[in-house]
Amino acid sequence: MTLIGWAQIALVLICIVAAAVPLGRFIAQVAAGERTILHPLLGPVERAIYAVAGVDPARGQGWKAYTFSMLTFSAAGFASLYAILRLQDVLPFNPQGFGGMAPYLAFNTAISFVTNTNWQAYSGEAAASYFSQMAGLTVHNFLSAATGIALALALTRAFVGGGLQELGNFWADLTRVTLYVLLPLSVVVGLAFVALGMPQTLSAYADAATLEGGSQTIALGPVAFQIAIKHLGTNGGGFFGVNSLHPFEGPGALATALQIWCQALIPFALCLTFGHVVGNRRQGWVLLSVMLGFVVAATAAIYAAEAAGNPLHLAAGVDAALGNMEGKDIRFGQALVALFTATTTGASCGAVNAMFSSFTPLGGMVPLFLIQLGEVLPGGVGSGLYGMLVFALLAVFIAGLMVGRTPEFLGKKIQAREIKLAMLAVLVLPAAILGFTAVAMVLPAALASIANQGPHGLSEMLYAYTSAAGNNGSAFGGLTADTPWLDTTLGLAMLLGRFAYVVPVMAIAGSLAAKLKVPDSAGTFPTHTPLFAGLLAGVILILGGLQFLPSLALGPLAEHFSMLAGKTF
Amino acid sequence: MNTMLRPALALVLIFTLITGIAMPLAMTGVAQLAFPYQANGSLVERNGKVIGSALIGQNFTSERYFHPRPSATTEADPEQPGKTRPAPYNAAASAASQLGPTSEDLLAAVRERVAANGPAPVPADMVTASGSGLDPDISPANALRQVARVAAAHGMPEERVRALVLRQVEGRAFGLLGEPRVNVLRLNLALDDLR
Repeated sequence: MTLIGWAQIALVLICIVAAAVPLGRFIAQVAAGERTILHPLLGPVERAIYAVAGVDPARGQGWKAYTFSMLTFSAAGFASLYAILRLQDVLPFNPQGFGGMAPYLAFNTAISFVTNTNWQAYSGEAAASYFSQMAGLTVHNFLSAATGIALALALTRAFVGGGLQELGNFWADLTRVTLYVLLPLSVVVGLAFVALGMPQTLSAYADAATLEGGSQTIALGPVAFQIAIKHLGTNGGGFFGVNSLHPFEGPGALATALQIWCQALIPFALCLTFGHVVGNRRQGWVLLSVMLGFVVAATAAIYAAEAAGNPLHLAAGVDAALGNMEGKDIRFGQALVALFTATTTGASCGAVNAMFSSFTPLGGMVPLFLIQLGEVLPGGVGSGLYGMLVFALLAVFIAGLMVGRTPEFLGKKIQAREIKLAMLAVLVLPAAILGFTAVAMVLPAALASIANQGPHGLSEMLYAYTSAAGNNGSAFGGLTADTPWLDTTLGLAMLLGRFAYVVPVMAIAGSLAAKLKVPDSAGTFPTHTPLFAGLLAGVILILGGLQFLPSLALGPLAEHFSMLAGKTF
Repeated sequence: MNTMLRPALALVLIFTLITGIAMPLAMTGVAQLAFPYQANGSLVERNGKVIGSALIGQNFTSERYFHPRPSATTEADPEQPGKTRPAPYNAAASAASQLGPTSEDLLAAVRERVAANGPAPVPADMVTASGSGLDPDISPANALRQVARVAAAHGMPEERVRALVLRQVEGRAFGLLGEPRVNVLRLNLALDDLR
């Protein structure tokens, strides 16, 4: 670790928080349907969309209608994307002549992008046409992100007043978030990415005659715009197989820093949006601080582990100055790799600018653990906020148990129904991760996919189901993921991680909205204080983390101690 | 149900047209006008022929050139259908080794590369495969270690080649972000011009 490395990390984090402040306020405006600076341009588009879709934006929906709208929309998106991927051989913009995706792979990929996971069992430049990338994958980068934000807004509104029956209109939320938030940001960031070196072309791959007389085919495509929303929407699905490591998807340190900024910006901003909407800004800052604290701690852990290098390699005569460089490119440096890794796994993005599989065991354990903590640090766009609010409810419940009072959060009594639903939601992750991993580790068809032997093999499998159920999308990439078994079960894990989680959350929203607001009294436990931030962090660590420690002990920790003992596999 | 089906289908269709067709095409148009060099892959030409991309590494094995980092990219093996064979710097199929920190194979490869590039300690980027398999850069320490070999192959004084390397070192963005590095293709092109 170096001082200049920490200066890089500090600069990017400051830029994120500085931009989250105005953006959080802006999203609150958009969520309320207020007029913004973009309305002269996009207002007519919004109204035209409502007219064609038959939507009355002023008509509120209860939690059930809101949830069913979201589920119907996601199903329609899945069907559309599956069809595009299967039929890409007969669709336009396919200069490389790729065939249609096979059924298992198309199933896995369509679920992956509709659930905002963007797990990639295919390699972009070798399997996806430009049409699939643009009209298929890019579209669902926008829509799955907007869906997540809409759900978070619905839950937020449950805290606004007493005796509410409606949580907003899903179609209006989805349309407004896409038009006024995601699209303008993507255009600006996309152009910046082109300037920094990302291609944006529909031409076929370029052929070069190399200096030594060989030939090189260079994959190109409409990269920049897709990569903008890939990060802004915490999607993470790369245009290319190696994601943001590819020199066209991560052309330099500035581009990688901008990607870090993008993938953490909206999740942090939404905390402040929450504060604005519920009329308690300090509450938003408390949520943000907890998230930021975890990001900084995780960055430090990864940075320390990777900058120290691999002791086995150092003993073999490798210079320690650059740290562990297997699976990393030169241009980013260990500091920005550490911050990128912490934000991409904390934020449910899943883009990578270094290969986690080749991290040192402890460096690789951090991203794994961050996903297992529930994807709330800061979590995906929207999903991070609603996940964090679930943990906040559990935290006030535990605090209430300690003092023997009915817990309240922002004036809403938290009772048995909410806590049962919250527990149902937080149990989805361990059930899907540990359940599927346990089965896979005894099934020969699944074990054949493992690339590395020893504890690292378990880490590969554990990481895959963790990433899928957490809707993250990053990987320990040695695993051969495109098999019928893994395509199917990882697809199911992604579905559970998104929908089995959010339906109980929406039920909580409905239940809380209907309750009356109780005024603060002397016995109210204030939730906008550092004390509550500490309690919340503790609940996340204990509830989210403890259940995974045995699996981490068998995977990364066992590998760490094997490495220290000089053992290889 | 019908009240949900119409907006669902309509919005998927409308946003496919806006975010999936209209905007990517508009962005392509603007990018081609404003940044044609970057938008087409930062391609480098010499004597009117494309010789590579400034951002994409290419394989150099001759003693007369600076060598890039080890690359784990592969290509389809024409002799064994369904299998792949090593093809360093295959820019149509980016890939990493994905070998873990306790991999026997990785340790053996590192030892072999250390022996080939010794004496120890050898710069880490010289003996480890990059994450993209297409890393265009090497560290300044890596480049300086190759100076003696390249200079000997050209029969040039080492000082001249060393000065060339130092001129080619790119610093951090804004003096802060990233790490100092040397672009191998640019360095080798400059080397060709030196003769």
